[in-house]
Amino acid sequence: MSLASESYFQQSGRALTNAAKVTARDVNVYYGDKHALKAVDLNIRANEVTALIGPSGCGKSTFLRCLNRMNDLIDGARVTGLITLDGDDIYDRSLDVVQLRARIGMVFQKPNPFPKSIFDNVAYGPRIHGLAQSSADLEEIVVTSLQRAGLYEEVKDRLVEPGTGLSGGQQQRLCIARAIAVSPEVILMDEPCSALDPIATAKVEELIDELRENFTIVIVTHSMQQAARVSQRTAFFHLGVLVEFGDTEQIFTNPQQKLTQGYITGRFG
Amino acid sequence: MTGEHTVRSYDEELSHLTNLIARMGGLAEAQLEGAVQALVKRDSDLASKVIAADAKVDEIEHEVHGFTVRLLALRQPVAHDLRMIVGALKISGDLERIADYAANVAKRALVLNQIPPVKPTAGVPRLARLVQEIVKEVLDAFVEQDNEKAVKVWKQDEEVDDMYTGLFRELITYMMEDPRNITACIHLMFIAKNIERIGDHATNIAETIYFLVQGTPIRETRPKGDSILPDPSQLARDD
Repeated sequence: MSLASESYFQQSGRALTNAAKVTARDVNVYYGDKHALKAVDLNIRANEVTALIGPSGCGKSTFLRCLNRMNDLIDGARVTGLITLDGDDIYDRSLDVVQLRARIGMVFQKPNPFPKSIFDNVAYGPRIHGLAQSSADLEEIVVTSLQRAGLYEEVKDRLVEPGTGLSGGQQQRLCIARAIAVSPEVILMDEPCSALDPIATAKVEELIDELRENFTIVIVTHSMQQAARVSQRTAFFHLGVLVEFGDTEQIFTNPQQKLTQGYITGRFG
Repeated sequence: MTGEHTVRSYDEELSHLTNLIARMGGLAEAQLEGAVQALVKRDSDLASKVIAADAKVDEIEHEVHGFTVRLLALRQPVAHDLRMIVGALKISGDLERIADYAANVAKRALVLNQIPPVKPTAGVPRLARLVQEIVKEVLDAFVEQDNEKAVKVWKQDEEVDDMYTGLFRELITYMMEDPRNITACIHLMFIAKNIERIGDHATNIAETIYFLVQGTPIRETRPKGDSILPDPSQLARDD
């Protein structure tokens, strides 16, 4: 039995009592000949922040990208195993990937606002998904999303100005507003603060904690302090294997696996 | 946790912290030894030296406090490192109390040296030897990060309690025999109490060591020795 499934069984008793929003069973990812992710079993609970940590190339971002089928876009990438959202197989052939990505939104490492106005950046998703009945509806969605992203007060007088003119931290919160404008259920974040200064990072982290009430969040981060601060559950990956998965508190105070201990205490080598 | 940090200076800092605790432990142990010798040999010079040397232990405790706060702020330790740093902070507090009790024993030894000795009681030195042994063992357990040794120390406290209770009864009989013994016996009683408390602090240190090695508290129930206090459940109730 792999380490990953051992740790899965250790926490499975508790997982059963908490609703799993996303589940992964025996997930393997291959990039051509390279076996990038090996037999990963993981339950992501609703309304929690799950942090994925591990050294570069450990498979954490690969796993994250499996969850909204971003790996479909990579030539030679092959995913096996089962990933479900609310019990439905997200790799089902009949599933509309565009709809899936509306339910599972994503925020990237580098803020990537469209070269459009702040308003249009947020309005883009609701427009293409036909979520607003009228322009008043659309305006409400945009304002609410910006408010939830903690950005509205800073930009309310310049909604027509280009999103690219904002500071890095503001751009990232704009991208989060854009992601939540289509009312996703799950938000995937791939190192969302790595390009931000500490104050902008703190704002995004505060926002993540608030968003947890309405969304399920999965975050990949290189900052272990960030994982410790924002997440309830932490998964540690190494060389494509899920080594340990458990309550963040436990992972950072008393990890059960030697590898996890070595990584989080800075003894990796 | 074996293995070195990628950042070598972090390892150096952690080993500096371990050394501080080991040094403090060695001093506290020596203080206890000195106090007991001063009592047994009626050596007032030695007692005075022990009393004066207590300041050195306090000084190292302050150094440990400052250093651990610095490590917490600058290194943001986690897992075993975190438990080690917090554990060192707690152990330094226990060691400081141990040295305080030793100094108190020395102070009372000074007083006892001014008055004629009471009937020779071997009980106090015997209790002191047992507690000294426990303190030594617990310090070894810390240096070796040996939780089995820590559990052994933890269980030994029962013996200390039994011995202390026996001594309590013995001293009462001397006082009943001759009221002129009361001053000396009361001082001896406090000395015994101080030494028994040193055993309790050694037990605390054993618990801290177990936690820092295992990441969980000791789950067993500790065997309790004979107590001079009655069992509350046996007391008659007014209602």
